[in-house]
Amino acid sequence: MSHSVTPEEGRVQRLAETDRPTLAFTFEGRAMAGLEGDTVLTAVLAAATHLRNAEFGPERRAGFCLMGACQDCWLWQENGPRLRACSTLLQEGMRLRAAPPDSWPAP
Amino acid sequence: MTRVLIVGAGPAGIRAAEVLVAAGLRPVVVDEGARAGGQIYRRPTDGFKRPPRTLYGSEAGKAVQLHETFDGFVCDGQVDYHPRCSVLGLQDGVAQVLGPDGVFAVPYDRLILAPGATDRLAPVPGWQMAGVFSLGAAQIALKSQGVALGRQIVLAGSGPLLTLVASQLISAGATVAAVLDTAPWGAQIRGGFDMALARPGVTLRGLRLRAGLGRRYRAGVTLTGIEGDGTSPAAVTWRDTRGRAHRTACDTVALGWHLRAETALADLAGAEFAWSDIWAQWLPRTDAAGRAQDGVYLAGDGMSILGADGAEIAGRLAARACLADLGHHVDVAAQNRDLGRKRRMGRFAKGIATAFPWPAEMVRALPEDAILCRCEGITAGDLRRTLTLSGPEVNRAKSLSRVGMGRCQGRYCQIAGAEVTAAQVGCGPATVGRLRAQPPVRPAPLGVIAAAADKPE
Repeated sequence: MSHSVTPEEGRVQRLAETDRPTLAFTFEGRAMAGLEGDTVLTAVLAAATHLRNAEFGPERRAGFCLMGACQDCWLWQENGPRLRACSTLLQEGMRLRAAPPDSWPAP
Repeated sequence: MTRVLIVGAGPAGIRAAEVLVAAGLRPVVVDEGARAGGQIYRRPTDGFKRPPRTLYGSEAGKAVQLHETFDGFVCDGQVDYHPRCSVLGLQDGVAQVLGPDGVFAVPYDRLILAPGATDRLAPVPGWQMAGVFSLGAAQIALKSQGVALGRQIVLAGSGPLLTLVASQLISAGATVAAVLDTAPWGAQIRGGFDMALARPGVTLRGLRLRAGLGRRYRAGVTLTGIEGDGTSPAAVTWRDTRGRAHRTACDTVALGWHLRAETALADLAGAEFAWSDIWAQWLPRTDAAGRAQDGVYLAGDGMSILGADGAEIAGRLAARACLADLGHHVDVAAQNRDLGRKRRMGRFAKGIATAFPWPAEMVRALPEDAILCRCEGITAGDLRRTLTLSGPEVNRAKSLSRVGMGRCQGRYCQIAGAEVTAAQVGCGPATVGRLRAQPPVRPAPLGVIAAAADKPE
């Protein structure tokens, strides 16, 4: 039996340490809530199936090594700087994007 | 005072720091982690509550001891500690370091590199899709975040981590659908014998964990693909020892074939390399204590893959070698004891390498359309077609095919790329060359490099 991942429940499953204060943030304009101490990757994937589209193929990406070596999990912030989702802690009010700002020229 | 820079605050870096502090030095320690401990003894974020026994199992005592040792040095100002910082490059006795606030220079007289290792990856068709992770990633997610990366997980590959991660996930309440080991029983028995001779207790613990996996565990598997729609895996397909095809449904896959030494900084520091038949990868050459070059010392899995216990020993050895070269008095008896311990770790590690070999044949047989480079979506066929132009040499093949040029800088494709290259000309991977490391060894925003360059000296 296959258990398909639905966007409502996200990819990751919380198994422990769930009694932490919540932090509100947005991803692709969608309001989400993570927990204090979450990495950005954990918080986004708790509510979504993936982080971004691959640049060189049709598939999606959701991080790979989680230790800052593969560079698969870079996300954009609405206010500019990119961040590595696996090694950046979630902060209240973050506004995250999967792709560069719309004002950027198309590739 | 002599300036010693230690890169990495895992078991090797922490023990190296301990030896230097005891000799009255104040080393600079640069580490990518938010908290010291490295990967296997990685700590959760502040405020998490699971006890060490839950996080580290039988190794809880060692983990706590390492963490407390290092925290004590930081608290007392005995080390100049830079967490969340990556060394980008090394030149003329200066390390360029990227931290949360930009790039800064760390001049040093002596350098101890303890950067650890990554998972060693073999491509499996479909491994580029979201929901396929490294085995290490599955363990990091559990230990440092308390999460499973999926709801129905297949773990595949080979090595001690495969069994360990599977049993940690099951204990934590995750659903592990299958544990698919490419190592055949014959190899596991041969290697297991050497492992048991060198470290019977550790081997027995591994066997107990393995037994706990029950029928989820399969040995001698050939992985044939990961099915899915690109957003998430739906199943792993594989063949058993008799060649029968199987399909295991899942929503998440974690892959890994033991470890790949992280050697980029050793390369930039001028270390020589030698092909290791045991580890099926290039490793830096050092003497028994870890001396690589004048003033450059290596320790831990970035030198040779001896595991966490071996890393603690290697960290002490490298630091004492450094002290001896600086003219300090060194406890020769302690150094000799550690050299003996390191030899035992080496025998154990060799047993592991025999038991859980790199799946060369599986990689050589990769279908043309299988992605080899995850970063840029380059297929095995793309690389094979390039080789008629580049010849069978990995640096030239990289220039033309871009395998190894993506943003992971070859960390997850270079071993498989060399295998595919070697297969094309019918030789072993040792003869197709070694991918040279290039600075910066981590991506760095151009803005912070420009800002650092503009700063008056």
